[in-house]
Amino acid sequence: MERLADYINDGILKSEMIHAESEHSAISAALGAEAMGVRTFTATASQGLALMHEILFVVSGMRLPVVMAVANRALSAPINIWNDHQDSISERDAGWIQLYVESAQEALDTIIQAYKIAENRKILLPVMVCLDGFTLSHVYEPVNIPKQKDVDKFLPRYNALFKLDPKKPITMGPIGFPDTYMEFRKETHEAMLNSIEVIKNTNNDFKKSFSRSYGDGLIETYKINDADYAVAAMGTVCGTTRVVVDELRKQGKKVGLIKIKSFRPFPKQKITNCCKNIKGIAVIDRNISLGNEGALYTELRSAFYNQKKKPIINGFIAGLGGRDITLSHIKTAFNKIENSSDTEWLL
Amino acid sequence: MIEIRIHGRGGQGAVTTGQIMAIAAFDDGKQSQTFPMFGVERSGAPVQAFARISDEKINIRSQIYNPDIVVVLDSSLLDAVDVTSGLKEKGTLIINTNKKPADLSIKGKFNIHAVDATSIALKIFGKPIVNTPMLGAFSKITKAISLKSLTKAIDETFLETKGKKIAELNKEAITAVYNQTK
Repeated sequence: MERLADYINDGILKSEMIHAESEHSAISAALGAEAMGVRTFTATASQGLALMHEILFVVSGMRLPVVMAVANRALSAPINIWNDHQDSISERDAGWIQLYVESAQEALDTIIQAYKIAENRKILLPVMVCLDGFTLSHVYEPVNIPKQKDVDKFLPRYNALFKLDPKKPITMGPIGFPDTYMEFRKETHEAMLNSIEVIKNTNNDFKKSFSRSYGDGLIETYKINDADYAVAAMGTVCGTTRVVVDELRKQGKKVGLIKIKSFRPFPKQKITNCCKNIKGIAVIDRNISLGNEGALYTELRSAFYNQKKKPIINGFIAGLGGRDITLSHIKTAFNKIENSSDTEWLL
Repeated sequence: MIEIRIHGRGGQGAVTTGQIMAIAAFDDGKQSQTFPMFGVERSGAPVQAFARISDEKINIRSQIYNPDIVVVLDSSLLDAVDVTSGLKEKGTLIINTNKKPADLSIKGKFNIHAVDATSIALKIFGKPIVNTPMLGAFSKITKAISLKSLTKAIDETFLETKGKKIAELNKEAITAVYNQTK
């Protein structure tokens, strides 16, 4: 947000910045502005996202295509400012599309794509672009910044389907009585499911315009075709896993990576399709649903439930509150795929 | 891939050192990555930053545990932090000190370089700003980044935010340390 303030001050970005007194107000301001028919952006993390919780549901329920960067960080207590995915995972059911990224380049590219996905008239849902706090939010690495004219071509000026306008007054977000509320929820759910196709197409269009893409936009696999075993994970741990995959491959082990980019919508079918010949999956979760297991682990096992041929799936909790996920953590997960019991902690 | 760990004290610019290093490596046509040891930084407290330089795309995101090169901005850290922790055998250790390497009583088979960056910084800046001068020594000793790209990276980092005078002083300091380092 500080850099955007610089851009606005320097006249590079023609936009208005609203300083809010809290994250609850910040997301409310984004909601209001979006309802007026303009493109909005905000960013938050951790407790800030938790404070937005109430309004997140209002934004998605009102079908406002707000785009927000979440620099994933742990939730208190104990007080902790470091990276894990607990903040956005805890907003799983808020009706926001959630895309997790692996590099600074992917973060930038996904923000651009996020507007195209969110504003698609079949979708009209907000998008969270989730990037690992510190690991990505504070890294310096080369990033290819696309030209403005190319971005403008890919993402034309926003033209809202409905907007608040005093000359043509409408009501947005009115009461939904028991006889209509459920239909609204169902429609929003269907829009979320439809976004699977739109995310895929947007990734394809992006590739045509910028020669970069991220798997099929929903999941990205690495050396999975002949693999017996794979790690499934989200965010930057996927980068470190690529290094482990290369290392184990040199030792003759048939291993690969399944990077889940889209957590909501959850691309069940795409995941099960790419795992037809996989014997075992180690799911690395940077979050924990206390009293049960890691969130991605739950989703993956559920995705395979109706499959005739199921791989062994085991869950690993790692990297909470900024705990570094090392090469040896990932090797341990690979080693324990066959003989792990339910959820293990990689401390 | 070369992995580098930078030790400094909060306020000495260890993080900026990594950033300039990464920009210079990129200008040399390489891939680079740098990030701080994420903490709640306090002025004067020991801090660390990491950098990776590679000919290929850098995928790894974990911290650096077995660096090829360690840079120490403040020799008083030798009493507080195990700066050679995990440093590879025959790895390079570059320390800002006015002592000789043999007098530093560092155990292990390392390639130790003592650079008196503080006295050069005092002459040029009138203040002990040692992070950028140490990059001159880093460039000369390791050849991991070129002096040309280093001075370009200084301009990229300081021209707009701190102005021409500061950028020129930093380049002067880097070049002086570069030339003095064997």
